[in-house]
Amino acid sequence: MADSVYVSDLGASSPTSVGAVSGGAVRHTATVRVTHWLATLCFLALLVTGIEIVISHPRFYWGEEGNVNTPALFSIPIPSSRGSVPTGYGYTLPDQNGWSRYLHFQTAWIVVGTGLWYVIFGLVSGHFRRNLVPDGPELSPGALAKALGNHLRFKIAGDDHTYNSLQRLAYLVIVFGAFPLMIWTGLAMSPAVTSAFPFLVNVLGGHQSARTLHFFDTLFVVSFVLVHILMVYRAGFRRRMRAMIMGGPKEDS
Amino acid sequence: MNEKLSRRKLITQGLAATAGLSGLVVAARLARKYGLIPPDWGGLYGAGATLTYAAQRVLTRQSVAREFPRSAISKAPFANGKPPELEAFKRLQAGGFRDWRLEIDGLVAHPGSFSLSDLRSLPARSQITQLTCEEGWCYIAEWIGTPLSHVLETAGILPQAKYVVYYPIDKDSWDSIDMADALHPQTFLAYGFNGGELPVGFGGPLRMRIPRQLGYKSVKYVTRLTVTDSLKSFGKGLGSAAAEDGYSWCAGI
Repeated sequence: MADSVYVSDLGASSPTSVGAVSGGAVRHTATVRVTHWLATLCFLALLVTGIEIVISHPRFYWGEEGNVNTPALFSIPIPSSRGSVPTGYGYTLPDQNGWSRYLHFQTAWIVVGTGLWYVIFGLVSGHFRRNLVPDGPELSPGALAKALGNHLRFKIAGDDHTYNSLQRLAYLVIVFGAFPLMIWTGLAMSPAVTSAFPFLVNVLGGHQSARTLHFFDTLFVVSFVLVHILMVYRAGFRRRMRAMIMGGPKEDS
Repeated sequence: MNEKLSRRKLITQGLAATAGLSGLVVAARLARKYGLIPPDWGGLYGAGATLTYAAQRVLTRQSVAREFPRSAISKAPFANGKPPELEAFKRLQAGGFRDWRLEIDGLVAHPGSFSLSDLRSLPARSQITQLTCEEGWCYIAEWIGTPLSHVLETAGILPQAKYVVYYPIDKDSWDSIDMADALHPQTFLAYGFNGGELPVGFGGPLRMRIPRQLGYKSVKYVTRLTVTDSLKSFGKGLGSAAAEDGYSWCAGI
């Protein structure tokens, strides 16, 4: 899952705030590293294939029904891969939906497996409790406002050993909010799945609402990834990349 | 490296690999026995397609697609595509489709054909369900017709039947479904739409209607059914023209 750091993660055996940069003991665990990169690959595959699928109908609706004969909630001003969609462009793009749909769902299986692996590991090992759940005082409005102000001015706290409060919140929102919502809204678009579990789509307000929410959730995750990459860059791209690939910033042998 | 340790490692890894492999073989055999392998199981995306089909067969064998109140019927349904350009179709249309025939052959005791009035004399049912296109749009309509299961029973379906292959008048977009879908109470040969005749734009005079799958499985202008125990000899053996064009055979999501 999207659990990477620009400030080093704490290994399972470490108490809080142990030097991560100079010592070799504090590392990303193998599970965090492997699931991080699996999730990264899945994210890219899902994003590219998702864009291809949207191109075949770049109009969005709310509620149960929606098609070219009904008004759109909004539409993306791009050409479409289907001639039936009125886009204002005089041409249609090549249809890529076949392999895109195959790959989208195959990747969905992989990312759900990866997510379950990560979440079970996170619960059992204490990774969430130790590294992702913010301390109580960090959550006070004053502390959060200060952290946010520092982030916006790129004055990120000098604590290089653990995740800061905004980072923790961002990861928690992605892992326990955006990711489950993506799976949920995806399944809610399946006529087979909703035949067995109709509440999945009914509580969202309908098929088209599920599709639109799936799209908004994608925008949210893409924004997270962009900010995430920016923060990794600010915190020292090479060191952080090495930490997420090899474990710690310094090799321990 | 310690030789003893590496030998032990080799043995454990060998055992694990053997266990994993035999587990896969057993899983594949069980999946085959319970009909959980789709005809397009091979190739790059076969694993995902198989997982998706197997999951839907396990979770949704008995479930029924969501049905809607009459007030939910779309005011602006979308008739995708154009009617066949075939002379034969135009001739039948000019004659009010009085000479339209639905042939049935393959693993049935009484191969033969039905006229539209033969089909109308079978028990009629109606459903108000959503037609969901893989592109992302949808509409809700009332579909009137005879459940495919009635037609199959009338023709005397044989116990070794595993799939029903169905062809439109132009033969191009042929498709197939397994018996769970073929005998499903919502799988219709539809000849009516929103209280009237099924308009040509929506597949009239006769259309397959499979509401638990995406629109492309609901083939329009159906003229022939073939009951079979294997899809290998149909086209490239992938189960549908759509699958040969790169679109998954199972379209439940």
